[in-house]
Amino acid sequence: MSGGPPVVIVGAGPAGMAAAATLAEAGLRPMVLDKFPGPGGQGWRAPAVGGSGPLASLDGEDARRARERFLELARSGRIDWYPETTVIDLTRERLWAVGPSGEVDSTAWSRLVLCPGAIERIVPLPGWTLPGVYTLGGAQTALKGQACALGRRIAFLGTGPLLWLAAAQHVIGGVEVAVVADTARLQGLLVSFPALLANRHRLGLGLRCVRVLRRARVPVLRGVRALAILGQGHVEGVRVTTRRREWSFACDAVATSFGLVRQLQLPDLLDVPIRFDRESESWLAEVDDAHRTAVPGVYLAGDAAGIRGATAAALTGERAALSLLEDLGRPVDAARCVRLRKQLQRHARCARALGRAFPLPSALEAEIADDTIVCRCEAVTAGALREAARAFEVDEINRAKALTRCGMGRCQGRFCGPTAARVLARARGIDLEAAGRLRTQPPIEPLPAHVRPVEGGSMA
Amino acid sequence: MEDLDDPIDGVQGRWVRLARGDGVPVPFTIDGIPARGRAGEMSIAAILAIRPDLGSLPPDRRSRAGFCLIGLCQDCWVRLEDGRRVRACTTAVEPGMAVRLDSSDESW
Amino acid sequence: MSERLETEVLIVGGGLVGCATALALARRRTPCLLVERDRCGAQASGVNYGGVRRQGRALAELPLANRARRMWGRLARLVGHDSEFRATGHLRLARDAAELARLERWAEEARRFDVRCELLSPAELTARWPWLAPGLAGGSFCADDGQANPRLTTPLFARAAREQGGRILEGRAVTALERSTKGFRAAIENGPEIEARVLVNAAGAWGPAVAALAGEEFPGEVIAPNMLVSEPLPYRIIPNLGTAGPGVYVRQVPSGSVLFGGGRGVADPVTRRCRPLTSTSLATLAEARRIVPDLARATIIRSWAGIEGRMPDDLPVIGPSPRVPGLFHAFGFSGHGFMLAPAVGAVLAELILDGHSATSLAGLEPTRFEPASRVAVAT
Repeated sequence: MSGGPPVVIVGAGPAGMAAAATLAEAGLRPMVLDKFPGPGGQGWRAPAVGGSGPLASLDGEDARRARERFLELARSGRIDWYPETTVIDLTRERLWAVGPSGEVDSTAWSRLVLCPGAIERIVPLPGWTLPGVYTLGGAQTALKGQACALGRRIAFLGTGPLLWLAAAQHVIGGVEVAVVADTARLQGLLVSFPALLANRHRLGLGLRCVRVLRRARVPVLRGVRALAILGQGHVEGVRVTTRRREWSFACDAVATSFGLVRQLQLPDLLDVPIRFDRESESWLAEVDDAHRTAVPGVYLAGDAAGIRGATAAALTGERAALSLLEDLGRPVDAARCVRLRKQLQRHARCARALGRAFPLPSALEAEIADDTIVCRCEAVTAGALREAARAFEVDEINRAKALTRCGMGRCQGRFCGPTAARVLARARGIDLEAAGRLRTQPPIEPLPAHVRPVEGGSMA
Repeated sequence: MEDLDDPIDGVQGRWVRLARGDGVPVPFTIDGIPARGRAGEMSIAAILAIRPDLGSLPPDRRSRAGFCLIGLCQDCWVRLEDGRRVRACTTAVEPGMAVRLDSSDESW
Repeated sequence: MSERLETEVLIVGGGLVGCATALALARRRTPCLLVERDRCGAQASGVNYGGVRRQGRALAELPLANRARRMWGRLARLVGHDSEFRATGHLRLARDAAELARLERWAEEARRFDVRCELLSPAELTARWPWLAPGLAGGSFCADDGQANPRLTTPLFARAAREQGGRILEGRAVTALERSTKGFRAAIENGPEIEARVLVNAAGAWGPAVAALAGEEFPGEVIAPNMLVSEPLPYRIIPNLGTAGPGVYVRQVPSGSVLFGGGRGVADPVTRRCRPLTSTSLATLAEARRIVPDLARATIIRSWAGIEGRMPDDLPVIGPSPRVPGLFHAFGFSGHGFMLAPAVGAVLAELILDGHSATSLAGLEPTRFEPASRVAVAT
């Protein structure tokens, strides 16, 4: 069915791929925009090089099938796929994107399924800006996507299921793991155990990771109180402090993060209501069980709608697409919707339990040393934030940004924002919610200044 | 046959390639010195296999080697000899790619 | 709620003009109270381009601009910090013969006001600044002009005003204004009532709206100047760049970011929300590349817009109200008020306390809109 502005899906990860398939099956021809050359996003990324041997076992069956189905839909013209295309701005009237050769184009849209995913939650550690420090997801990207290890001996620091998964994957890949240091305590995990049973697959995966690490005799520390990355000019080691003692481990690379946070730039540009969630101490875009937002014609799916794992992300993509079809007046399988809701509720229960089992170490974050860099792009320290907050009575993060440059750098506040808010809130004795969140400003990804608009302007 | 991971000019790389590739190597240069990557590899992997970092960036001229590897932290931008700038973790290494890590000439 | 505050001067609006006025009054031991709906410097004062220049201004603004330039030179003494002001010079570029004629005419006329500009040929331009595009028609360089960081300026003035005894209430909106025996009575949302002898309307884009509350009408529109900034690049563009006609303005800060401005975004003065437009940003980039070709190698990481008030003649309204005794206006800076604001504050203090100022405001008076204003109905 042609004519009129297209239905657009942003993101070709698990959620975007599922939404695309569902809409294509119903006879629509959605436009799918994704910044990477191939589908899969982060959760279901394709191995790019050298995907044989033990590394091949890291690519799941669900992921492979979803990617193949997507590529087939693109080949047969049932979806209109724009890879290497990065959305930079979005209004109710138009969507702007930059393509692989620096051409910038725009399109009107009739309905929008946003699947921008999540990024890792960083807590700055002393030395975290040394060359050789990466995120946990970055370590996975190097391992699975590039068949590379970030170094000869890698320390894994932080908390969350990804910490254990990434470390275990590296052992399987034949890489030496110096240590796995988790700020979460074993007690927290045990308390959440019953709720984790809601998803035996994830539980089984977790136990397998622990077994892999134990068999390889990887040092594992839990209940970690303090972490520091050591080295002159590059990573040379890490120092881990538990309640009992201090440990040092030599290494030449570090992978670190403390969970995931939803990417909110795209819904924010459309004024989708965003609120603070006390349980996760993070901001979320409001979406209902059917993955509709309050903005007519705009749906939100995948990790951006709630972090529940790649399998759940795919289900939300399908659910959002079914809502879209319903809103177009198409018949929709009600029983399927009910089944999806039940499955998603189970995933959500498990996700909440994991969140309780691997809490963000908020005290560690609020108390980071004055000389620790918070904003790595602009090299703004925690001390500079605290000093500006005091000197100008700053009670809000965007004002702190204006005065210190924290969040003004290339990553546009993605990685420093949550920590800056925590440091500010603690310095001023206010709620984390009151400290606010960094305002979204287009372009939401860096825009090369040589871009030229495509002649005659519309992608659709 | 010369190993792709062998240090060039005695400078050690940072990343370690885990699989033996069987494709044709991709010739490129770093600061004029010939190097070889692997087909399909992102340029960050090709560079860091034989260099410890990607050079430095303003404003603080800190040495960088990438961070998130998924095109969001913007830590891995490198300059090419023809003046173009590319994000190394999302740009595949191409034959003839001429990377300039040395930024001491202060040009754009 | 029944609390009432009394002061000599009530200043409505905590932008740079309002805060500079509060500082000037406080330094002369005059009780003043500034009411700002948001945080000081939250609107145009905090998000503008940051140019500190006399070159290219309407001649009527030059006396004020000269006084302001002297204040910028000693800002650290005035407010404890230089707000990153640097006299980098301002280079105004002509892209064709018509713009060149405009440059030359202005340079000639500005001599009367002691503003010295050096006219340059295309060859001289590229010899001195090799990164300039070769095809320009000419340029005019005012060595004493420059640039500053607007994000710091208003907070600095607000802090200095408080330190000198001025009172500033933030997060409070003025909802009503009326005459009283003392002078004026203002109702504040969720706040005290305020009585003052003198009222200063420094409400920026909302200047006409505040004037209307006081029973006086002014024309004006709201504009949203569109701005972009690049990632940090090696520091090469020293002067503040502009074009002698609608085009683009470009400046680079020592830490490397390049700022670009030109064209409009969109703003809603009622909701106080504004946003940049990608279509405008792309046009600005194209124009910037025509002037500095190497900018094609930059990467833009942020854009924004501000909410600014523009008068039909592109000149601000500064001076005593022709209709309402005790009311002083200072608004409508039409996109080029940042640099003037410190002097506007000083001049307003002089007008209020001395009845006159040594700095000429000829051509900027509120009376020039006389036919459009209406007498307030007495209540």
